[in-house]
Amino acid sequence: MSNGQEYWQRNLRLIIGCLIVWFIVSFGFGIFLVEPLNSIRLGGYKLGFWFAQQGSIYIFVALIFFYANKMNSLDKEFDVHED
Amino acid sequence: MDLKTLTFLVVGATFALYIFIAIKARASSTSEFYVAGKGVHPVLNGMATGADWMSAASFISMAGLIAFKGYDASVYLMGWTGGYVLLAMLLAPYLRKYGKFTVPEFIGDRFYSNGARLVAILCLITASITYVIGQMKGIGVAFSRFLEIDFAHGLIAGMIIVFIYAVLGGMKGITYTQIAQYCVLIFAYTVPAIFISLQLTGNPIPQLGLGSTMTDGSGMFLLDKLDLICTDLGFKAYTAQKGSTLDIFLLTMSLMIGTAGLPHVITRFFTVPKVKDARFSAGWALVFIAILYTTAPAVGAMARLNLMETIQTGEIGAPNSNLEYSKRPNWFKNWEKTGLLVFEDKNNDGRVQYYDKGLADKEQAFGWAGNEMVKVDRDIMVLANPEIANLPNWVIALVAAGGIAAALSTAAGLLLAIASAISHDLLKGIMMPNITEKQELLFSRFAMAGAILVAGLLGLNPPGFAAQVVALAFGLAASSIFPALMLGIFSRRVNNTGAVCGMLAGLGTTLIYIFWFKGWLFIKGTAMLPDTPANWLFGISPGSFGAVGALINFAVALTISQFTADPPGHIKAMVEDVRVPRGAGGATGH
Repeated sequence: MSNGQEYWQRNLRLIIGCLIVWFIVSFGFGIFLVEPLNSIRLGGYKLGFWFAQQGSIYIFVALIFFYANKMNSLDKEFDVHED
Repeated sequence: MDLKTLTFLVVGATFALYIFIAIKARASSTSEFYVAGKGVHPVLNGMATGADWMSAASFISMAGLIAFKGYDASVYLMGWTGGYVLLAMLLAPYLRKYGKFTVPEFIGDRFYSNGARLVAILCLITASITYVIGQMKGIGVAFSRFLEIDFAHGLIAGMIIVFIYAVLGGMKGITYTQIAQYCVLIFAYTVPAIFISLQLTGNPIPQLGLGSTMTDGSGMFLLDKLDLICTDLGFKAYTAQKGSTLDIFLLTMSLMIGTAGLPHVITRFFTVPKVKDARFSAGWALVFIAILYTTAPAVGAMARLNLMETIQTGEIGAPNSNLEYSKRPNWFKNWEKTGLLVFEDKNNDGRVQYYDKGLADKEQAFGWAGNEMVKVDRDIMVLANPEIANLPNWVIALVAAGGIAAALSTAAGLLLAIASAISHDLLKGIMMPNITEKQELLFSRFAMAGAILVAGLLGLNPPGFAAQVVALAFGLAASSIFPALMLGIFSRRVNNTGAVCGMLAGLGTTLIYIFWFKGWLFIKGTAMLPDTPANWLFGISPGSFGAVGALINFAVALTISQFTADPPGHIKAMVEDVRVPRGAGGATGH
């Protein structure tokens, strides 16, 4: 496998990992599992409701910065970063 | 100072600021006009993207939707933020690397055909025009409600302001104005929210206030109290799910994919200096958007609670525990004048009853004859909120300026997307490729002026279908633009036949599904089936179909490409090239 291909494979793996988290917190916790999670409380919030209206958004933000940082080091590792 | 003068002053001051910035940041080349010369700092670009994205709908309508739909409105919260994750990982860095000006340009180059570019131009213009009508209407409404000048004059004032800074400044002027507009709108949104959160829960941070206990002595959590009041008055519990899970899932997915495919948002990531910046800028954009989007649930829930407690002042069914109509507060009277709030004294007791069907078995015993709040338009919630909570006048003036900033900033972004599709893609790209840069710049200014005029006229006489078309805009972006862009980057195998067929299939099925229930071209009476859940295919509402359309697009494009010729070598090289950040000219030896 050439360097370029490996860089792309690593990027794809990272994207898939991030998108799994993206899917679980919003569609998983916020929609499909909202009823069972609502029996758990987070202060005055029901947990499922919190994920749907607050938590998923915070995690989206964290995910993008996590991805951007990881990609920066990946760019450097494979020497494809900009000058 | 009275409210009207104060509002004039605040709105006037913001306008002076926007024009000052526009004069400071004039565009002198096509690169500055289309992409601000690719020199915008990623954090500032994130802020501008936030203002670009958050429209009159986010600012004015969303909290109202949340107030009346409760949990079910989560689709908008997740849908309109989750798309940025897709943008940051699947589109923005690669499109920035490609380094051209517009979305149709990438599609036309990657799928080596003017046909593909034309389909993209068509989708872009339809999606953007439908969006911009809503913004223009929002500007007119904000003016007429707060400055008490008529709708048409308000709209014209808005058009002149956009004209000055968008035609002069292009993307450069728009970007710096949007940064100022973001500051105005976020301040205007959070200040009342902080006040109200303090009043109700004693916690100044609305996101935490929503999860806190009430300060009214009941010691109950705010959301529990809201659930209780709602169910006591026969409404569904605020935090409970009302719609079908499949439809909630598909609508959220459609909004996410649609967000990532909307051209005026994508274009914003062409303006940063580097690929690295495009990734971070998407994150910053979402930070700035999240400040409003995580405040909105608190605004919605607290407004609903305030509204219900204003009307139902004591024990339900007791004779003196409903608001007396003659003693109704000022905001009630003001909104009655607009026709957005309508009361009808059905049982002639001079008091207001606001309840829902769940109370049908008790209403006779109470002497009630039906819900008397015949109309409570959800769009009034954010605007009326400071008045309902008795906040000082300057807060109300600020909200007016914020609403106008939200509408103006989105309108400008959309108008630029339309203008560049016409001047750069249609004229320079397809019809007259030999024009000079100077001529193109002139044409793009004309196109911008024309787009403002058309949008203004449509806003003045909004077609009845303006609200419905929002579903169409997201459907188009999700079912045609997003899959084409993503396949163009992530597949080397998808060729022009596959991509064009995919776009047409995704677009066609989505259009037909929407028109089937909403009427062909939204003309009344031409719908094939009534727009009710029983008729929908597997219970999928027309607004949620974009996700299915996107799936069809992917499937068709991949299948047809398997059976037709490989894309030529230089296209494959181009795909390889957009996947790495370093410039092609860098000669890095691989």
